[in-house]
Amino acid sequence: MSEDAAERVRETVDAVYRSDSRRVLATLIRLLGDFDLAEEALHDAFAAAVERWPRHGVPAKPRAWLVSAGRFKAIDAMRRRARFDASQAELAERLDAPSSDPAGWEDEGVEDDRLRLIFTCCHPALPPDAQVALTLREVCGLTTEEIAHAFLTAPPTVAQRIVRAKTKIRDARIPYQVPSRAELPDRLDTVLHVVYLVFNEGYSASSGASLTRHDLSGEAIRLGRLLIELLPEPEAVGLLALMLLHESRRAARTSPAGELVLLGDQDRSRWNRDQIAEGAALVERALSSRRFGPFTLQAAIAAVHAEAPGAAATDWAQIVGLYDVLVRADPSPVVELNRAAAVAMRDGPSAGLGLIDAILARGDLGDYHLAHSARADLCRRLGRTAEARASYERALGLTRQAPERRFLERRLGELPD
Amino acid sequence: MKYLCLIYDEEKRLGGMSKNESDAFTSEYFAFTEGIRKSGHYLGGEALQPVQTATTVRIRNGKVSATDGPFAETKEQLGGFYLINARDLNDAIQVASKIPSARLGTVEVRPIQEFNQQ
Repeated sequence: MSEDAAERVRETVDAVYRSDSRRVLATLIRLLGDFDLAEEALHDAFAAAVERWPRHGVPAKPRAWLVSAGRFKAIDAMRRRARFDASQAELAERLDAPSSDPAGWEDEGVEDDRLRLIFTCCHPALPPDAQVALTLREVCGLTTEEIAHAFLTAPPTVAQRIVRAKTKIRDARIPYQVPSRAELPDRLDTVLHVVYLVFNEGYSASSGASLTRHDLSGEAIRLGRLLIELLPEPEAVGLLALMLLHESRRAARTSPAGELVLLGDQDRSRWNRDQIAEGAALVERALSSRRFGPFTLQAAIAAVHAEAPGAAATDWAQIVGLYDVLVRADPSPVVELNRAAAVAMRDGPSAGLGLIDAILARGDLGDYHLAHSARADLCRRLGRTAEARASYERALGLTRQAPERRFLERRLGELPD
Repeated sequence: MKYLCLIYDEEKRLGGMSKNESDAFTSEYFAFTEGIRKSGHYLGGEALQPVQTATTVRIRNGKVSATDGPFAETKEQLGGFYLINARDLNDAIQVASKIPSARLGTVEVRPIQEFNQQ
């Protein structure tokens, strides 16, 4: 084979790795019954491809070839280890049995393998930080270092979370399966929360100098797309819509100097119209199912904002109406706070201020910086400068995020004496 | 695979039940046990007497000490257990979620450690 042809085969191997390595892994986990064994087999299968494909040509069904190669490599490895450990011999026998050799590996059930992998990584018996790390590692194919960097943690911490999660999957025997219909709503909810957590971590970092860590949001959107391709449930559709509609504002929410720009002050010509159109269509689709939940409602609110030509021209009555439904569907003080801000836009600052003060008086959100900055903003608009100052200062004491801090300091500086 | 379901109840709350409530709770337990016998999950199970009857045994410096307790400052106390046979953790969770105390207290599901005796 010429140098050129060999180079093209290497490019093919790379392309197959990018498009199919997670699918191959998902199937190998099912066939081998073990995450670590499957990862090793995946690595061996691609190593074999790099060696063989240039000499024998790229197989007609590369994915099936890789699954098969990975499985044989794993059985080989177990047979070698069996000289030292009798239990490995038994496992190798079982895997090599004809019954574990279904003809339809490459087609039937393979999409199910990816769903199995997602539901296993997001099993509620695993701690939330492990669900996130395992999903990014196994489903998205991120390295431990990449995950650690994105979450501002040390790589050994992430590695330990992943090892512990895999140990629990093995020792407590968390099954590699898609939940039954009865369990599905709760289990899907856990998956959606993991995806949203990844998105939010990328959209608004909890601390640090940079407000956005784009890669994580992109990863979450990719996960959202994969999920609705495999399991088109209305709330999964709603979540993807919500992420796209938030993402559409990314370019407008920070100034060229890296300063935070609030929704009302954003340059709407910088919003991504393609993402808005896609998000709005998904909202429609989820709402028409009539089985939607909180993610869809939040997406519907984001869509009303996205379609308004400006802050003043926003349909605030519709937004308040959607918040009314959301407060019933998913009651939480944060949702109430957002509803109060919408009421302030519809009925004026004093109506909103009354609602926020009622939430704070109840003892909720006292430590939440956005509650105090929202209160400060309404006091400022009402000319109650001293109260505004106190609330901005309170908010400042509660946030570590550098752009948020600069924003609050700027607002404080703008207050009249 | 075997799992132990450890049942934690608020003894105070169980003690505060009326006779009717307490009878109903007990018959729920009988029905549950019957159900998992039939389904083949049941391997064993007992209810424990209240934590005031507990004795803690230790050997320290070669001497056996038996003391009253333990009285950890927890709201819920270990009140009983089931040893079950389940296909996997999801199956075990299904069984555990039907234990009557899962509604009032907490059920901890722990896989049994198997030792290879070779």
